Amino acid sequence: MFAKQLTVFIENRAGRLSEVLSVLGDNNVNILSQSLADTTEFGLLRLIVDDPALGKEKLSENGFSSLLSDVSIIQIPHKAGSLQALLKVIDQNGVNIEYMYGLSIKSDKAYIVLKASDIEKVDKIFTDRGVRTISCEELANI
Amino acid sequence: MIWNQTKECMSRDQMTALQSARLVKLVDYMYHNVEFYRKKMQAVDLMPGDIKGIEDIVKLPFTTKDDLRDNYPFGLFAVPNSEIVRIHASSGTTGKATVVGYTRKDLDVWAECVARCMTMAGVTKDDIIQVAYGYGLFTGGLGAHDGAQKIGATVVPMSTGNSKKLTTMMVDFGATAIACTPSYLLHISEVLASEGLLDQIKLKYAICGAEPWTEKMHHEIETRLNIKAFDIYGLSEIMGPGVACDCEYHRGLHVCEDHFYPEILNTATLSPVADGETGELAFTTLTKEGIPLIRYRTKDLTSIDRTPCECGRTSARISRFKGRVDDMLIIRGVNVFPSQVEAALVEVEEVTPHYMMIVDRVNNLDTLEVQVELDQKYYTDEVRVIEALTKKIGHVIQQALGLSAKIKIVEPQSLVRSQGKAVHVIDNRKLY
Repeated sequence: MFAKQLTVFIENRAGRLSEVLSVLGDNNVNILSQSLADTTEFGLLRLIVDDPALGKEKLSENGFSSLLSDVSIIQIPHKAGSLQALLKVIDQNGVNIEYMYGLSIKSDKAYIVLKASDIEKVDKIFTDRGVRTISCEELANI
Repeated sequence: MIWNQTKECMSRDQMTALQSARLVKLVDYMYHNVEFYRKKMQAVDLMPGDIKGIEDIVKLPFTTKDDLRDNYPFGLFAVPNSEIVRIHASSGTTGKATVVGYTRKDLDVWAECVARCMTMAGVTKDDIIQVAYGYGLFTGGLGAHDGAQKIGATVVPMSTGNSKKLTTMMVDFGATAIACTPSYLLHISEVLASEGLLDQIKLKYAICGAEPWTEKMHHEIETRLNIKAFDIYGLSEIMGPGVACDCEYHRGLHVCEDHFYPEILNTATLSPVADGETGELAFTTLTKEGIPLIRYRTKDLTSIDRTPCECGRTSARISRFKGRVDDMLIIRGVNVFPSQVEAALVEVEEVTPHYMMIVDRVNNLDTLEVQVELDQKYYTDEVRVIEALTKKIGHVIQQALGLSAKIKIVEPQSLVRSQGKAVHVIDNRKLY
């Protein structure tokens, strides 16, 4: 299963990030996890939200372009070495990780947002190995 | 010192007579040797015999940069290639170069004019001059070189790009003069200061040109280096540096009028304006053989003063430039048209056709930033995709302009959309 990630291209200028977040906040779009890839000139704000489609729509209404793309949100045991073990398998299958970021919740589970160079292939790896992939909605309800 | 007393100090009447005789000869020469001009004259029912003196110049059609581009590369040459001994070129509006050719005599005239200009600045055969304009297709390097050599000065052909070597040699050789762009000279002054060499230089004069500069820059160069700085003007279509230069009184740039006839045109009607009024500068190359041009519109805005100068020269003086008629920018001595950027960006499908050029001067060197918008279709969640795109655009712009630019990708829809005439340039240098 893939989840929809909301990406916003942000120029590096004061207040820009806050403007994006306030649009989401004002429209009750809840951010579940995020990562900001920053370079000297721009940033890519990647968001996992409870309602990605609504987020995109509201951003667009407020003059922000954004992108919905497929990523995997996987559930792994919240214990040392579990992520590494999984990455090793992905690696052995010749797939690169483009980026990933995570969130851990007070439980025995951790959730990792992951974008691989071949998303179909990693999805199959996850299925084969019984790694749970979840949707944004499900994540929102944990 | 005056290099050519006869030509530079002749009475206005003598000058007019000389210009008249040369124009009559030129028109006849061009009519018979350049098909393009012949057709242009025929189109307005003009025969060489109709031009009897300099006052008849207004009957002749204008020439523009587009004419040179349309006849690329050698279409406007008046002599066969066997007579051409040198080619120079500068960038044109659409990326196609403007090509000019020189006969042996043209090069002699050029050296003569540059010699006059450098003498105006004080350069003599006893001087050691560093020529730090680019050597190559650009007219600056070789033009200044030949003129300084004609004077008999010791010429050090530095070219551009190695400031450290330049400052070292300036000190070691005891260079007394330098020819380069004013912004580069300011940069050199900073390098000298940072190396603690300012009190070891023997520099006396700077002959600066190839880009517009302000009175403030002029003053800054003179005080920082404790030298006298002079403004030399030229354009490759007419010859290169040496078309005009200012003397120690700095009351405008003396035009080498016996070779280049200046006119100032009303920008709306294109008819000549009175002395002292501002308009577009046009030149007619009175003695050129390779690629003579009649009433070539420079697009530079200035005014003319034909009263005698305190220096003793009687030649017409053009004022410090007041701007451009078109949108051409001069960045690091390179002519840049926004349309070149536009044409280059069309080839990059990942960006929208909207762009903004930000020109600035940082540490006395011109900088160019080109801002482009990412097209919605190519929106990405990966940094490396945007970085690769930035690199690609940088390459395309470099190819088109012959100048490196910083590329900045901005948010879609964030660049100002044109309301009527599009604004594509923000020039923070305030040169005029």
